[in-house]
Amino acid sequence: MKKTMMGNYAASWGAQLSRVQVIAAYPITPQTLIVEKLSEIVANGELDAEFIKVESEHSAMSACIGASATGARAYTATSAQGLALMHEMLHWAALARLPIVLTNVNRAMAPGWSIWADQNDSLSQRDTGLMHIFASSSQDILDSTILGYKVSEQVLLPTLISFDAFFLSHTVEVVDMPLIEDVDKFLPPYNPEYKLDVNDPRSFGALTSEEHYYEFRYKMQKAMEDAIGLIKKEGREYEKLTSRYYDLIHPYRCEDADLILVTSGTIAETTNVAVDELREEGKKVGNLRIRVIRPYPKQDILKAIKNCSKIAVIDRNISCGYHGIFAQELKSALYNETDIPVWGYLAGIGGRDVKIENIKEISDETLKSKEPEDMIMKGVKV
Amino acid sequence: MIEIRMHGRGGQGAVKASIVLAEAAFQGGKYIQAFPRFGVERRGAPVEAFTRIDDKPVQIRSQIYYPDGVIVLDPTLIEVVDVTKGLKKDGWILINSDKKPETYDFGENYKVYTVDATKIAVENHLGSRAAPIVNTAIVGAFAKITGLVEMDDVEKGIDSAIPRMKEENKKAARQAYNSIT
Repeated sequence: MKKTMMGNYAASWGAQLSRVQVIAAYPITPQTLIVEKLSEIVANGELDAEFIKVESEHSAMSACIGASATGARAYTATSAQGLALMHEMLHWAALARLPIVLTNVNRAMAPGWSIWADQNDSLSQRDTGLMHIFASSSQDILDSTILGYKVSEQVLLPTLISFDAFFLSHTVEVVDMPLIEDVDKFLPPYNPEYKLDVNDPRSFGALTSEEHYYEFRYKMQKAMEDAIGLIKKEGREYEKLTSRYYDLIHPYRCEDADLILVTSGTIAETTNVAVDELREEGKKVGNLRIRVIRPYPKQDILKAIKNCSKIAVIDRNISCGYHGIFAQELKSALYNETDIPVWGYLAGIGGRDVKIENIKEISDETLKSKEPEDMIMKGVKV
Repeated sequence: MIEIRMHGRGGQGAVKASIVLAEAAFQGGKYIQAFPRFGVERRGAPVEAFTRIDDKPVQIRSQIYYPDGVIVLDPTLIEVVDVTKGLKKDGWILINSDKKPETYDFGENYKVYTVDATKIAVENHLGSRAAPIVNTAIVGAFAKITGLVEMDDVEKGIDSAIPRMKEENKKAARQAYNSIT
């Protein structure tokens, strides 16, 4: 059924439809409306879950870890500094192989204090071993929550779903809510092979010498590789229920493009509109939206870009001292595989608005340029 | 796609107006987007909110710079904010005012409408006399002047977007609708 809702609430309803059993959340700044709505949903009896108010985001993730270890479906949400405070426990959740799903509203890290969109908070968690989705619409937020559990519970890795502050979090738009009966069929209750159970005692997280630790990493890596196929497979299953398909990448008008723009989050949606306008001007430009950055869809990307002659990556994030992070990742994927040149652009840092005209400017600049540049900081006031 | 910008003061309900307007369009089968100017709202300070209406899902994710129409919830804002900034040629301006549209001169390019939403809000006990909440009345007037949404859908939009005093809000919207001639 179609409804209108804010992006924050799309996350709340995604968790409700996934029938999460434990929600652990820090309720104060930098928390968002996601868990406020969930606390209402639980209080109203629309979801049978334990809502645990904790004293920090570190504790929120710790509580999720405990809950997930007992075999419960666990959920939390946060943003920016809150996600950073969870960092230690994100490693724990991933290495303990617990299929927790958490939502992060992408906000710029402080100082200066900011509540505006920027991806540095979640990209700083890149190497914790979480699968990582960047949603680009409220529909995507809701659907990715359900799909996140479906894939996480098979590969036993957590999923982090990130989306842009304000551009999604506080924007009301139309969301098609799947029927709970359909979601129940798609996402059966979580029932892990091993769990914390007083009647069946086991050790978890015990001391691990060099004899075995490496193999833990090997297995995580294999799980990530398996996730690539599973995200597609479950995406197809979900499509049968909802007519909506989610993949790791979403190419738009890339087949015959001379220039492919590589984008993520809400910038990707605006870029689709810019691409249509550029095409009308006779410029063969496409948009390759990266939806999932871990596992990294290298083969899919190589296939999508194979016919183009130039690539421009637009990053709403920066690894200071090097470049935009999506640009780094893309260049690493292309090395040894193709010699298509890559331009790196920064835009939208700290929530600065990225308009259609900004994207067209990036496109025109790249089409004209002969020498690729690692990082062009668009619109910076210096 | 139709893009609308609202100008109000913090506490007047401009953000809610953008949502009620979007809800009304949604009830009429449209796709919508409604959002505030992204910032920190303070009571009494100028605020902006936006609504997009389209026949297909809205993909643009930037703020609105070139609106088709502008709604002004507080006429004193006209002195301090450039309410016609970026307004498209032949665009419309709907002002909450007890004065006639001719009182306002924005040049030949724009069509001006006025509705006494403050009076209607006060009559329906929406907010206080000092701080009336005019958002639902102004949406009723919007429905009449643009024809973009049906009055019935405005009522449905109020039902789904306004938590309290639904009947008073619906009455205010219809009164504003009927007051435009």
